Amino acid sequence: MKLKDSQLTKDELIQAYRMIKEARMLDERLWQLNRIGKSTFNISGQGAEVGQVAMALAFEHDKDYFLPYYRDMAAVMVWGMSAKDILMGSLGKVDDPSSHGRQMPNHYGDRAHNIVPFSSTVTTQYPVATGVALAMQIDDSKAITLTATGEGSTSEGDFHEALNFAGVQKLPMVFVIENNGYAISTPNSEEFGVKDLSVRATGYGIFGKQVNGRDFTETYLAFKEAADNARNDKGATLIEMLVDRLTAHSSDDDQRVYRTPEDIAEMKENDCVMLMERQLLSEKILNEDELEGIKKELEIKINQATEEAEEMPNPASDQLMTHIYEEE
Amino acid sequence: MSEKSYLEALNLAITEEMRRDEGVMIFGEDVGGVKGGVFGVTKGLAEEFGDQRVFNSPLGESEIAGLAVGLGVMGHHAIAEFQFADYILPAVNQIMSEATKMRYKSAGDWISPIVMRTPYGGGVRGGFYHSQSTEKIFAGQPGLRIVTPSTVYDAKGMLKSAIRSEDPVLFYEHKKLYRSIKDDIPDVDYTVPLDKANVIEHGDDVTVIAYGMMLQFVLNAAEELKDDFSIEVVDLRSLYPIDKDTVLEAIRKTGKVLLVTEDAKEGSVMNNVSAIIAEEALFDLDAPIKILAGPDSPSMPYAKSLEDAFLVNQADVTKSIRELAEF
Repeated sequence: MKLKDSQLTKDELIQAYRMIKEARMLDERLWQLNRIGKSTFNISGQGAEVGQVAMALAFEHDKDYFLPYYRDMAAVMVWGMSAKDILMGSLGKVDDPSSHGRQMPNHYGDRAHNIVPFSSTVTTQYPVATGVALAMQIDDSKAITLTATGEGSTSEGDFHEALNFAGVQKLPMVFVIENNGYAISTPNSEEFGVKDLSVRATGYGIFGKQVNGRDFTETYLAFKEAADNARNDKGATLIEMLVDRLTAHSSDDDQRVYRTPEDIAEMKENDCVMLMERQLLSEKILNEDELEGIKKELEIKINQATEEAEEMPNPASDQLMTHIYEEE
Repeated sequence: MSEKSYLEALNLAITEEMRRDEGVMIFGEDVGGVKGGVFGVTKGLAEEFGDQRVFNSPLGESEIAGLAVGLGVMGHHAIAEFQFADYILPAVNQIMSEATKMRYKSAGDWISPIVMRTPYGGGVRGGFYHSQSTEKIFAGQPGLRIVTPSTVYDAKGMLKSAIRSEDPVLFYEHKKLYRSIKDDIPDVDYTVPLDKANVIEHGDDVTVIAYGMMLQFVLNAAEELKDDFSIEVVDLRSLYPIDKDTVLEAIRKTGKVLLVTEDAKEGSVMNNVSAIIAEEALFDLDAPIKILAGPDSPSMPYAKSLEDAFLVNQADVTKSIRELAEF
């Protein structure tokens, strides 16, 4: 779909692109930091940035809550986290808002921006998100909840238990499955027997929709509708967002071992960021010079954020035994 | 003062806290509506507080725990009920990965101030899956509190403290005590700390540490033996973390210690207590640490003869105390 059909203004679309590009370039920086030994881990959302930004823009970030998963860097940045925040997480710094250097990189959370931190256990955030949404329903706060996970997580029991409860209580929330085709090395064909995971919504009495996460407008409109339904007490939605995983599962994986060169090449030819840039040009929202200008500007911004994050202090070792129980 | 059963004291604690704090909610399998739980602990709550604050959850324990965590994140003191302690296993991931680590993994930015109540213990012909003591599964997970009241007074006071606590609390209720013990307790608001063991009887000859149904046997034995020996009786209350100070002081006083649990001995909470005593007070002891516990059979069988064979009984407790006193 055309970007202009999103009903967003030109400025809003440029801003959306800027966030998409920033997430891509920041992730590339995190890989560099990993490969030169400054961080020990990275897990990427490259190939999902367009979908994630379109998704996150459908929410009101000052009151809606987000329970993300580890590939959601672009989405949490829309919600309010900065490049420096994310870099501090990867470097294990004390001011890292996700966990103050306690969790592995990319385990996003931020009290100041309504982002509830999650575990590496996958899918445990789904039931927790139902509790957040139930609180919003009871407190009549008109706020809604978004929670995300990967397609491998749909095999977990927590996926079922959470969706079932959301259907029973008509919870004001949106569930997203970011389907990038692989759970580490396990392809969709070995993970589930359906072609469209969103059909599962019917079994829970909630709304369901599959969207192409490489298409900004299609994704944005689908999430806008889901968010409106949630906010107007019509109940929850399950969205399967089809995305790519341009990188290996994580910095400790090499997907060339289990994916064919053709498969990887085809995916890269359809890189969502590149596709969006072509759209911006063809719809005359930005020209080549402006695209180049944004890239230069972001390079400076990320370099500066990297320098600042590296200079931040590590947690003092005596922090180890703090925040275990309520302190008197 | 009014005479209440252990179960009535628990119901009263929840009722008083729900009146005091509108954010308190309770849910679980069959908890809401007119039934009010399979044991009746939550009877009358839906009628007084409405179906939004007191409700039936679907039959899924992981969701029950996760729901509580999410409500806690949003500032609600949620009370989740697991219908039997045996059914808690599907929720272990939520309890260990989410509830217990929410505070620590965010360095205090987010907390999980919730109570997870569950009936445990045998002697009710409940067979494998309605009799077990599952507290050992969690005992050893920092960030989590595991407590159990063993008196009517504590049932009310500890549950009120658990509801007010900013920590995740696994609250074990001995199902055989629900209707078998009654006591006069204050009608006024009072609380009992969650992290302190309680010296119920003071004595000089033997220290006995127990909780749950076993504590009743210990108190009976102390009474029966009172002309011959004076027994220091400690109600452990906090199963994790262990109140080391109270335990060590009580055993140093007598130099002899009997630990009683109905759980199978291997990996039990009393093995943890034993390790603390062995590490920190070995030279204060005049006799080896004695542990009276269930056998290492996979669970508690149904047949009366087998259930009786599994459970530590009154005679076992009395005999063990006498033997230790005479050591």
